[in-house]
Amino acid sequence: MTTPAGGPAQGAGASTTGRSVLKIEGLVVGYGGGDVLRGVSLEVTEGGITCVVGPNGAGKSTLMSSISGLLRPRLGSITLGEENLVGMSPRQILRLGVVQVPQNHSLFRDMTVRENGELGADILSDRALTARRVTAVFDIFPDLAGWAGKKAGSLSGGQQRLVEFARALMLEPRLLMLDEPSMGLAPKILRTVFDAIRQMNSAGTTILLVEQNARAGLRLSSQGVVMESGRVRLSGTGREVLENPEIGALYLGGAVSAG
Amino acid sequence: MSALLRTEDVRKAYGGVHALDSCTVEIEEGSVAGLIGPNGSGKTTLFNVITGYAKADEGQVYLADKKITNVTPDKVFALGIGRTFQLTRIFASLTVLENMLVASPNGRAAARKRAMEQLEFVGIHGHHAELAGTLSYGQRKLLELAYVLVADPAVILLDEPAGGVNLSLINHIAERIRELNAAGKTFLIVEHNMEFVMGLCDRVTVLDSGAVVAAGPPDIIRTDRRVLNAYLGEDLADDDPHPGEQA
Repeated sequence: MTTPAGGPAQGAGASTTGRSVLKIEGLVVGYGGGDVLRGVSLEVTEGGITCVVGPNGAGKSTLMSSISGLLRPRLGSITLGEENLVGMSPRQILRLGVVQVPQNHSLFRDMTVRENGELGADILSDRALTARRVTAVFDIFPDLAGWAGKKAGSLSGGQQRLVEFARALMLEPRLLMLDEPSMGLAPKILRTVFDAIRQMNSAGTTILLVEQNARAGLRLSSQGVVMESGRVRLSGTGREVLENPEIGALYLGGAVSAG
Repeated sequence: MSALLRTEDVRKAYGGVHALDSCTVEIEEGSVAGLIGPNGSGKTTLFNVITGYAKADEGQVYLADKKITNVTPDKVFALGIGRTFQLTRIFASLTVLENMLVASPNGRAAARKRAMEQLEFVGIHGHHAELAGTLSYGQRKLLELAYVLVADPAVILLDEPAGGVNLSLINHIAERIRELNAAGKTFLIVEHNMEFVMGLCDRVTVLDSGAVVAAGPPDIIRTDRRVLNAYLGEDLADDDPHPGEQA
C-alpha cells in the first residue's frame, strides 16, 4: 500500500457545502511508547458525515482524543474554522463547539433523561437557553419527550445512546464526534442508532463518526476515511471507500501492504 | 485426533448476550494457532473458559483427551496450559525476579536459577532486580511470558502479545514464540495485529458473535469472504441506496 497520507482525496459529498469545518494536517500523536498517529491529514466537510474506520490499533480513538484536547499532538495542526485547537484545553475546545460522545456508556443512570440532557448545556449557565435547547432536541428525537421523566438507567442500550446524542446536541455543536456508537449494541438496535445519526445530520449537524461497523458507517456517510497503523490509507466519498476492494486487505493484512 | 486442545460446542452467556455460541475450536499439537475476530467476538471469553476463569454454560474443553471443562485456573495451569493476559497481571511493587518466584513450586536456589534462565530467554534478565512496575508495557508482556514458562506448560495461550508494543519488541516476541514452538510448545494466540498473526500462525480460527466463521491457513483466511464480513460489519443497506449523498 503506497497511497500517501491523505490518499486520493475525491470530491466532497453532494450533501455538504464543500467547505471544511475541521482540517487536520500532519498530525503525530503518541503516548510515550512510540507514535500512534503517524502523520494524519484529513478534512471534515461542513454539513456532512465523515466516517473514520479501520482495524483495531489504527489510531481512531487517539484521533478523537487529540481533537477533543485530551491528548496533545507532538506535531501537526487541527484547525476548526480559523483556530488551531492544538494546545487548547478540552474545555476551551468544547466551548468552540466540538462535542464528543464517548465510546463507553456515559449517562448518569440515577438521573432522569431530562436531567442528563440538561447537563449537556451546563457550561452555558443559562436556564432559559437550556430549556429552549431541550425543546429543540426533543424536536429531533420525539421519542425522548416520552422518556423525559424516566431514569436513564431504566432505558435500553439503544435508547441510552439517543439520550447521549441528545445531551451532545444541547450545545448545538459545530462538530459532533461519535466514538463507535454501535459498540455493544444488538444488531437489531443498530438501525435505530444509525437512523438517529442521520436525523442529527439532516437537522444540520456536522458529524465525525468513528465506527467499528465499517460498512454501515460508510454507507451512512458523505465522506469516508480508512486508517491503519496510524495513517490514512484510503479516503473519498463514503461510497467510494465502501466499494474500494483494498479496504479488506487493510483489515486482514496481505495484498495491499505487500504491494 | 491430533488436537492437543479442543473446545466442543462451548456456550457462554453473560446476561442475555451470547459471548460464545456453539464454539468448537481445535488446536493441533505443536502448532502456532491464531484466534482472531472483531471486538466482542468472544476471543477472550474463549480463553477464559479454557483456562477456568469463566465457566462454560454448555459444551466441553479437552486437553489431549482429558476433559478439563470448568476446572479451576490453578488446576488448568498445573495440567499444562499457561496463559498471559491482555492487560498484564504482574505485581508492580515486587522486583522482576520476585514476580518470577511467586509462580515457582521448586526449592529456592533451583527456582531462582530457572527463573533467571527464563528471564534471559525473553531478554529482560538485566532488569531482574528492578521493580516490575518500572518495566515498559512490552517488557511486562515478556515478564508474563517468562512467568508462564517457568511451569513448562505444553500449551501457551497469549492474549494480545503484540498489542501496545513497539515494532522491534513485537519482532522479538515473535522470535521467542518461534523458538519455543520449535522446542515443542503449542500456542494459541489472540491478536489484532494481522501481520503478526498471519506471519506467525500455521492456522487461524476466526470468531464472530461467539461462533467460528472460518478456520484455515492464513492465506485462505485473509481472502475469505466470511472473515471480511465479520470485520467490516453488517451492511444496513435497504431501499435507500446511499442516503449520505443526498441528505
